[in-house]
Amino acid sequence: MRHEIVEKNVGLLAVLILVVISFGGLAEIVPLFFQKQTTEPVEGLEPLSPLELAGRGVYRREGCVGCHSQMVRPFRAETERYGPYSVAGEQVYEHNFLWGSKRTGPDLARVGGRYSDDWHRAHLYNPRDVVPESIMPAYPWLFENTLSGERIDDEMRVMQKLGVPYTDEQIANASEEVRGEREITALVAYLQQLGTVLKDSR
Amino acid sequence: MNNFWGDSLSSFWSTWIIVITLGTIGISAWLLFANRKTDKTPDAEGNVDTTGHAADGIEEYDNPLPRWWFQLYVGTVIFSLGYLVLYPGLGNFAGLLGWSQESQWEEEVARAEERFAPIFAQYQEVPIPELSQDAEAMQVAERIFLNNCAICHGSNAKGGYGFPNLTDDAWLYGGAPENIVQTLTNGRNGLMPSWQQLGSENIENVTQHVLSLSGNAEDAERAEQGASVFASVCAACHMPDGTGNQALGAPNLTDDAWLYKAPDQSLADSVRQTLRNGRNGHMPAQAAYIGEDKVHLVAAYVYGLSRED
Repeated sequence: MRHEIVEKNVGLLAVLILVVISFGGLAEIVPLFFQKQTTEPVEGLEPLSPLELAGRGVYRREGCVGCHSQMVRPFRAETERYGPYSVAGEQVYEHNFLWGSKRTGPDLARVGGRYSDDWHRAHLYNPRDVVPESIMPAYPWLFENTLSGERIDDEMRVMQKLGVPYTDEQIANASEEVRGEREITALVAYLQQLGTVLKDSR
Repeated sequence: MNNFWGDSLSSFWSTWIIVITLGTIGISAWLLFANRKTDKTPDAEGNVDTTGHAADGIEEYDNPLPRWWFQLYVGTVIFSLGYLVLYPGLGNFAGLLGWSQESQWEEEVARAEERFAPIFAQYQEVPIPELSQDAEAMQVAERIFLNNCAICHGSNAKGGYGFPNLTDDAWLYGGAPENIVQTLTNGRNGLMPSWQQLGSENIENVTQHVLSLSGNAEDAERAEQGASVFASVCAACHMPDGTGNQALGAPNLTDDAWLYKAPDQSLADSVRQTLRNGRNGHMPAQAAYIGEDKVHLVAAYVYGLSRED
């Protein structure tokens, strides 16, 4: 019985398991790396500004992705509520993706421009002040913490290596641009641009 | 709408997907049949086959797969082939049903449009003051309001700090039907600059003067002294008598509606803060989100809010 060889060599078994489960990825994922619809940005897509990128960092740090998705699916119920469905071309400069998979709160893929900056500030300071029935936590420390701007240029350099078209000049000025800004300002700037490239294509 | 799904796979990748997909299905099926064992009758001595595995004297029978399990496996193979014939899965082959995510969404939207468009079209014909009296229309409008407007203006439409109360008679940009439609369609951007440069003495005086316009002054002398600065600086937008200018969204300062008075703040503090830091009230345009038909309906709802008996 030859399968005994596989059963008794755990290294070989692991390799063969990897081979078997890789077939799904080879058919479903690998071709996408070579598709224009996933590799080419939609018209008008710009990389995040240093301030927005810093805001994205705050978004990740505070775990917003745990309760908010960034993916409007192609169902009428979703496009009525949130706006046009999300497409891959909008996400070309995203590293890593913040699509999320949990909607304790609403989807944020098209929240940009939907509410005023003041609303976002009031809401993040204490969500109950504007939405009495909200269960979202408050984030008052964002109003006190300031950005040092120390790592933002490194972050942009990494993004550049990953294919985001930042110019060297943008990177050189980045630290200066965000230094001293409050975290809330960065986060609101990030939120206000979400999904705005395609907002009118409904 | 841009064509996001349109570009098809190159023939290489299409073939790649087809080969892997059908290949793995083929291999799975082959694996099942190649290793299939049907015979489980004991031999002459009554012994049955074992796998040869033994642990502590317990041996493992080498029996065939249970029939139900085997049939289930074959069933999944048949299902997957049927699926691949009907739905897109094999590279560029679109499937016999012609289904796509995009077309499914389009059909869904078209169906809803067919059902709801006549209702909204009918409301669109009715002038706003009249529509605001239509109980059924207002039920629909309330739902739209709660979904889109209540997040800032509150579910009771009474607003909050920085978000206008829609149930009172104070209108920043006018309460006529066309003003409301305009506000909803294009949004509003109210900008009061900071007057820090006037100096704290002048700010104190103007604060008292502004309060005096609505009969709330605490210091009549300062209010008097603030009059000249008010006339030269504030009157441009708020008018010499302080009644405001709805074309600019400059609030009426003679009434009792205070947009930026926090609950724990004195009126004087609120006015002082406004003078020092300025204000920027922004209402985003809603037409792109809810469409013209619903703007009309919501406008009627808002129109009715301050005119309820």
